[in-house]
Amino acid sequence: MSATIKWYWFASPQSFFPLAGTIARVCWLGAALLAAGGLYVGFFVAPTDAQQGEAYRIIFIHVPAAWMSMFLYLVMASWAAIGLALNTRLSGMMASAIAPTGALFTFIALWTGALWGRPTWGAYWVWDARLTSELVLLFLYLGFMALQAAIDDPRRADRAGALLAIVGVVNVPIIYYSVQWWNTLHQGASVSLTRAPSMASTMLAGMLLMALAFWLYSIAAALTRVRCIILERE
Amino acid sequence: MIAAARCVVARDLLLALRRRSDVATALLFFVIVASLFPLGIGAEPNLLRAIAPGVIWVAALLSSMLSLGRLFAADHADGTLEQMLLGAAPAGVVAAAKVLAHWLVSGLPLVAIAPLIALQYDLPAPLYGTLVLSLLLGTPVLSLIGAVGAALTLGLRGGGVLLSLLVLPLYVPVLIFGAGSVDMAAAGLSPQGQLQLLAAMLVASAAFAPWAIAAALRISTE
Repeated sequence: MSATIKWYWFASPQSFFPLAGTIARVCWLGAALLAAGGLYVGFFVAPTDAQQGEAYRIIFIHVPAAWMSMFLYLVMASWAAIGLALNTRLSGMMASAIAPTGALFTFIALWTGALWGRPTWGAYWVWDARLTSELVLLFLYLGFMALQAAIDDPRRADRAGALLAIVGVVNVPIIYYSVQWWNTLHQGASVSLTRAPSMASTMLAGMLLMALAFWLYSIAAALTRVRCIILERE
Repeated sequence: MIAAARCVVARDLLLALRRRSDVATALLFFVIVASLFPLGIGAEPNLLRAIAPGVIWVAALLSSMLSLGRLFAADHADGTLEQMLLGAAPAGVVAAAKVLAHWLVSGLPLVAIAPLIALQYDLPAPLYGTLVLSLLLGTPVLSLIGAVGAALTLGLRGGGVLLSLLVLPLYVPVLIFGAGSVDMAAAGLSPQGQLQLLAAMLVASAAFAPWAIAAALRISTE
């Protein structure tokens, strides 16, 4: 037998259900361990920032949450697109399972950003391009969930939501590049793959640990939620 | 294909002509919303001059959203929409024609009346051209994006509020560049960059939105 995994076999909600449970359990555990490690590095190991003092420590939550908020929208939109193209039931369920987690991370990014902005910029909120487009992203998530909640037939809800998610995906590159395009108050990316990081390596390590923890949390939360949706629908 | 589109546009225009009050209501709404701001904020001329582009654009946005509910509702209720989708003409063409007709009765009058509001706000005369041009480029985008939302929420309970929740976030870039172009001109700079971006949005949404609308109509009518 060749090493081909039967991907289509897992496209059926019934056969995906136990697999989702196993992956979710592993991811919950991993997320808890990594978050504990990341928070320890963030609060006790990483040095105090020369300019921002202790207030900068919020980035260990803020930056990974902002990454996840955008990334989860892309994942949601691609599940939605797969669902529209291949007409698979599970794809729509995955998209609707990811949406609340994405909205949560968007909200966390905005909230922690406000808490950070107060001591650093002197205001909880400014009408900066990145802040505004992140707010729009939150509205897109909420609109997606509201549309799905308003439609009784789950198959129609999946397809209508999928179309909306694909239309809204235009916003993600706008958020990502807004800082470069408009050159506003929010600073540019702190981490880049192509140049040396502009921060101490322990800070970077803490942030990456937290980012990984958020990744695993998102997978775990989405899979746990998709199990509930499968139970509800099938 | 062109004949089908022309037929749909003519039919929708005729229907709007027979029910003039619908068109007038949206227009009146635009004027009233724009008139509320000086009452709420205070009649300080410099302040009004500064906020005029934003107020006019927000009022235009709300008013164009108000009329979106009617775009497909009546045709959906009496089954005409299903017949149109079943017909020989591509659904995207039908959708584009309906949006064009909708813009002609709700967007174009708004563009025409905007200078009057600008006059109330004492906007300097040289800015009128930029204001009208930005609205002329921007309001069709509002109709195109809004039609996707209208098609998705067709026949749902609480459709009107849901529609605004879906559509308003997508309107944000149009609002930013539309009002921004007039602000730019007011600051003595060339508004060309913003206007070109608006034109780009118009071209992109005119190319893609009809197919999204058609897909949404198919989902809603099945």
